[in-house]
Amino acid sequence: MRVTPLRAFDTLTSRLVLLPIDDVDTDQIIPARFLTALERDGLGKYLFADWRSMPDGSPNLKFVLDRPEVKGASILLAGANFGCGSSREHAVWALMDWGVRAVVAISFADIFRGNALKNGLLTVELEAEAHTELLRVARKDPLIELTIDLPAQVVILPNGRKFGFPIDPFDKRCLLEGIDTLGYLLSFSAEISAYERRCEQA
Amino acid sequence: MSKPKTMLTKIWEAHVVAEESGCPSILYIDLHLLHEVTSPQAFAGLRSRGMAVRRPEKTVATMDHSIPTDGRPRSALPAEAAAQLRRLEENCRDFGIELYGWDSPKQGIVHVIVPELGLTQPGMTIVCGDSHTSTHGAFGALAFGIGTSEVEHVLATQCLLQSKPHSFEVRIEGRLPAGVTAKDVILALIAEIGVGGAEGHVFEYTGSTIRGLDMEARMTICNMSIEAGARAGMIAPDDTTFDYLAGREHAPKGEAWEMALEAWRRLPGDEGAEHERSVTLDASQLAPMITYGTNPGLAMPITQSIPDPVKVGQPSHRAALTSALDYMGLAPGQKLLGHKVDVVFIGSCTNGRISDLRQAARVLRDRKVAPGVRALVVPGSQIVMRQAEAEGLDRIFQESGAEWRQPGCSMCIAMNGDSLRPGEYAVSTSNRNFEGRQGKGGRTFLASPLTAAAAAVAGEITDVRKMLS
Repeated sequence: MRVTPLRAFDTLTSRLVLLPIDDVDTDQIIPARFLTALERDGLGKYLFADWRSMPDGSPNLKFVLDRPEVKGASILLAGANFGCGSSREHAVWALMDWGVRAVVAISFADIFRGNALKNGLLTVELEAEAHTELLRVARKDPLIELTIDLPAQVVILPNGRKFGFPIDPFDKRCLLEGIDTLGYLLSFSAEISAYERRCEQA
Repeated sequence: MSKPKTMLTKIWEAHVVAEESGCPSILYIDLHLLHEVTSPQAFAGLRSRGMAVRRPEKTVATMDHSIPTDGRPRSALPAEAAAQLRRLEENCRDFGIELYGWDSPKQGIVHVIVPELGLTQPGMTIVCGDSHTSTHGAFGALAFGIGTSEVEHVLATQCLLQSKPHSFEVRIEGRLPAGVTAKDVILALIAEIGVGGAEGHVFEYTGSTIRGLDMEARMTICNMSIEAGARAGMIAPDDTTFDYLAGREHAPKGEAWEMALEAWRRLPGDEGAEHERSVTLDASQLAPMITYGTNPGLAMPITQSIPDPVKVGQPSHRAALTSALDYMGLAPGQKLLGHKVDVVFIGSCTNGRISDLRQAARVLRDRKVAPGVRALVVPGSQIVMRQAEAEGLDRIFQESGAEWRQPGCSMCIAMNGDSLRPGEYAVSTSNRNFEGRQGKGGRTFLASPLTAAAAAVAGEITDVRKMLS
């Protein structure tokens, strides 16, 4: 059983969790001491564990994640190079278990992006100008809602401004149709066997 | 004449199984490495689909991340770590995968043992659920880290869906000054291009400096390619590579060796092959490097002063530097020379090989670890440990007052109980200085084994070049 089923993604309208910091690494998203998990689910409580709590263990309300205005929000707005560092897919599982369905950033680390898309977590890369505008609007009113329209590849701000974002066509198709990439790979079994035979003969 | 090809293109093209228009390539994987942390959910996926591992003989596993290094019995492990190690044993047993496990004389950090067993070979595609898989690129292999979903893909199909990354030539020329090592070269490169600077690219390291390095130094450089955001790092194979491989347990033998050599000599990029990006470093101008912030790109020559965020142009970079210095308890303009050190960690997949331990021993021989400093020396593998003991390095470490421990990832990732206490400062030969990486609240300075050993002796950050005369 897949604990985090691949859900088809279409459009999403949600409030934002603002974390406009560059180079957020996966050790921050979920610290290594929580990686002894044997399952994919239940990791949301460890999301940003060390930023969320004070040294004495009490909640750190200076950090965005436990503030009342982000309750129920499912879009995280980050800076550049989000998800750098370790390859741990636990970072994606923790974000999704907490309730994040899309991360909007200037750029993503390669392994994180791949992990995210395979789990149905949408990564939206905005140009610097669009990112700045979104951040400006969101800082003025933390309760604004952003719409992400994946079929049209645009984000829509409450003031009506729209910004496009790129996405690999295959990744887009997988997200829209909820395609399981392992299933796609398995459909090439004959080609894989033929490749193996060619290598053994060489 | 066909267009000249880079080494990346040659290896890539040799592994494409199939391609559909508008879809990523289906890339064949020659060698799949597993460890206890990123594999359980992948095996669970296979079990739920009722699938077998397609090529168990192309898959090897070890225990490294959560394994203790203090020699404690298995019964004394925390329940979660014990369960994860047990799960790996069950999975390897049920799916027919070779495991260098708890009692194996070949156990160790995955990126240390696989090359030393001769499993890493030029021209291969190699993956592991671990970002430092880039290490294996030192042999002219295309080696990169993957997530657990992709671990499941490789277990099931021996393939991955991948889009071809761009090639990024890093040309390093010149003679390394005394006291400057491969670790200093890679820290200088990451400082130059930034932690996200090579996203979507694979480094190919070229130039006279690289040619002059031994395989272990080359592995140190390729290991940290990921810290600049690169997918992988690679170095064209040459006689240094072949000499290292000859006679190793899993290296080809006899006629197969001769045939392999012939193929491996064709791997280097063609004359005139174009890289999408390139950068050049002058190795002769480098000094021992040290990090001062909370990512590996915030590094500087050890004699310099910490930069001032006010002078950083881009607002987001300024904010990142300010917050890093706040976490580190450091001030702009401050020098790190003379800064106190609580812990020194020598080990990891970056710097836990025999040559790294020899360098540390060179500094610690006939010297003492400063009072109040805890120094840990953690060999990268059982084989490295036995070699070090045969050379008497363990005695040098112990006589100096350092701890000589069992192999594992240890304080690089602090999953096994080896960790910093909040607020402690460590000089570490590992690869990441992220907040809390070596223990919640711990503060890390990344440096070479020489610089780390020098800090252990001085009890503060010091310029190792003064100790080497």
